[in-house]
Amino acid sequence: MEHVFFPPLSRVAVCGGTHGNELTGVYMVREMQKQTMDKDGPVSVTAVLANPPAVDACRRYIDTDLNRCFTDALLSAPLTDSSPYELRRAHELNAQFGPKGSKEAVDLLCDLHNTTANMGLSLILYSLDWITLHICKYLQSKISSPVRVIQLNIPISEVYSLEAVGKHGLAIEIGPQPHGVVRADIYNMMKKAVDLTLEWLQKFNTGSIFEGGEVEAFTFAKSIDYPRDPTTGEITAAIHPQLQDNDFKLLQPGDPVFMSFSRETVKYEGEPLYPFFVNECAYYEKKIAFHLAQRKNLSIPTISVKRD
Amino acid sequence: MEVEEVERLPRLSRVAVCGGTHGNELSGVYLVRELLKVKKKKKKEEEDEDGGAMSVLLVLSNPRAMQQCLRYIDTDLNRCFTHACLIGPTLDKTPYEMRRARELNAMLGPKGSAGAMDLICDLHNTTANMGLSLITYSDHDWICMHIFRHLQRQIPDTPVRYIHYDVTSKESYSLDSVGKHGFAMEVGPQPHGVVRSNIYTTMKSGVQYMLDWVHFFNSGVIFDGGFMDVFTVVKHIDYPRDGETHNITAAIHPQLQDRDFCLLRPGDPLFQTFSGETLRYTGSEPLYPFFINESAYYEKGIALCLARKRRVKIPSVREYL
Repeated sequence: MEHVFFPPLSRVAVCGGTHGNELTGVYMVREMQKQTMDKDGPVSVTAVLANPPAVDACRRYIDTDLNRCFTDALLSAPLTDSSPYELRRAHELNAQFGPKGSKEAVDLLCDLHNTTANMGLSLILYSLDWITLHICKYLQSKISSPVRVIQLNIPISEVYSLEAVGKHGLAIEIGPQPHGVVRADIYNMMKKAVDLTLEWLQKFNTGSIFEGGEVEAFTFAKSIDYPRDPTTGEITAAIHPQLQDNDFKLLQPGDPVFMSFSRETVKYEGEPLYPFFVNECAYYEKKIAFHLAQRKNLSIPTISVKRD
Repeated sequence: MEVEEVERLPRLSRVAVCGGTHGNELSGVYLVRELLKVKKKKKKEEEDEDGGAMSVLLVLSNPRAMQQCLRYIDTDLNRCFTHACLIGPTLDKTPYEMRRARELNAMLGPKGSAGAMDLICDLHNTTANMGLSLITYSDHDWICMHIFRHLQRQIPDTPVRYIHYDVTSKESYSLDSVGKHGFAMEVGPQPHGVVRSNIYTTMKSGVQYMLDWVHFFNSGVIFDGGFMDVFTVVKHIDYPRDGETHNITAAIHPQLQDRDFCLLRPGDPLFQTFSGETLRYTGSEPLYPFFINESAYYEKGIALCLARKRRVKIPSVREYL
């Protein structure tokens, strides 16, 4: 692949508390706000709590999930008196860090999340973006524990999450951590990931050449819901002990996926795929027990900053 | 051979198993629902096998909180059972959980009276790594203590512990204090709002073995006495907080996280601040920590609880004929 050049990435936003009970990002942002931001020279970093009322209440959201409010359609629809809080907040954040899709948008928006699933450090992207894929590659090279790249192939106009507002966007998802809890080990991992991201930006802006190569990624295929009672809609089974905590381990047809409350095992039927977001608390209401992905190798070109 | 006295105690004819006292502690919610389903099915088929020796009442304590998958709607239900809370007047502005506590007290109590349930088992989950813990207000309630021993023997692959809060009956504030005997069965670690299969199974076993024990007890079986470890609560420690915002400024230290019931010594790491500093335990006495990093306790100002451990002798028991 040909060497690709990009303009400097001088404006970065780091957001936490997009879900008010995902606490690592909340405390990271508060800590970053305490420290002076100019130490990184050519890069200006703004750290922001995306959903302050939800953070205060230690809830995922007040009216509606903020991280589903950033599609082009929702951002352009006019607000009314009855608009949910998070929709208004999405418009504010879009004005502050976007507008999405415009040249005024921040160069990189990094959104910090936690999950109750055993996903370790996962980086979530929406498209084949060489900048964010190189950041992923860099983190993988510097962090000894597995760093997974998850790619959701959705056209940018339909991307619903906050990081889509930046010219380049990345969600950093770390688990397992219960919502409403902050674990020191998870905090330390998030700090490392953010520090390395800023370090990469610094290197990029000062002329480092980042060699191309291959990045292994998990591309979203489909979701599976819990078995439910047809009358009440309540779940009738939990994730099977053999699947629980086994995010990113290949799931084969015939493998157990659920164990009902009356001790019956439900087995997986479908092509071999990689599960992730296994038993994420916030997904019960979204009717998702786990997601499934294919594993592929993505080729990325050598990149460096475009010198004027 | 020394013959020890056997303590004779009244039959336990009425037992209650309660789930969903905190609406987002899901093992108990799904277990009670499952037991209700099984009971309904059984009723259609046959009479209670015991022939009436033991009745089990299954209760979902806080249905409104369960519906919204929240710990509580207005106030923590499991703090509403003090004598003072139960006898207060019910007004328009009385919080939902206070009203509900009074209903539950009428159903399972009244607390302190001869009509109260013989045994209440209240099901809970914790985000702390506490295995299966029985939490009671007594270190000499032989019923609870024998049940504990039975569970410990029957569930070898899960650590089972007995925690004692030294609080008077009048001041005892939780649902299990409504019964003549009672305890909370706390199983963790599990995030609130999540149901883990292994945790559900542990709780299911705990309840089953408890009911088995009661059945054996009611049938006249003599349970031999012996020794057991009791963790008696001494105090709790809050997170360090910012003087102005009251936000926490540190997390439980990685060397303490998940180490419930491992002795904490003076000088051991306790917290790690968000700027990377280690804060150490400055107490003078080594104590046993538990409820380490329980999500619901942040708002109560509790980072961890500390207990003394001691060996307690329990007598042999049998049903009083």
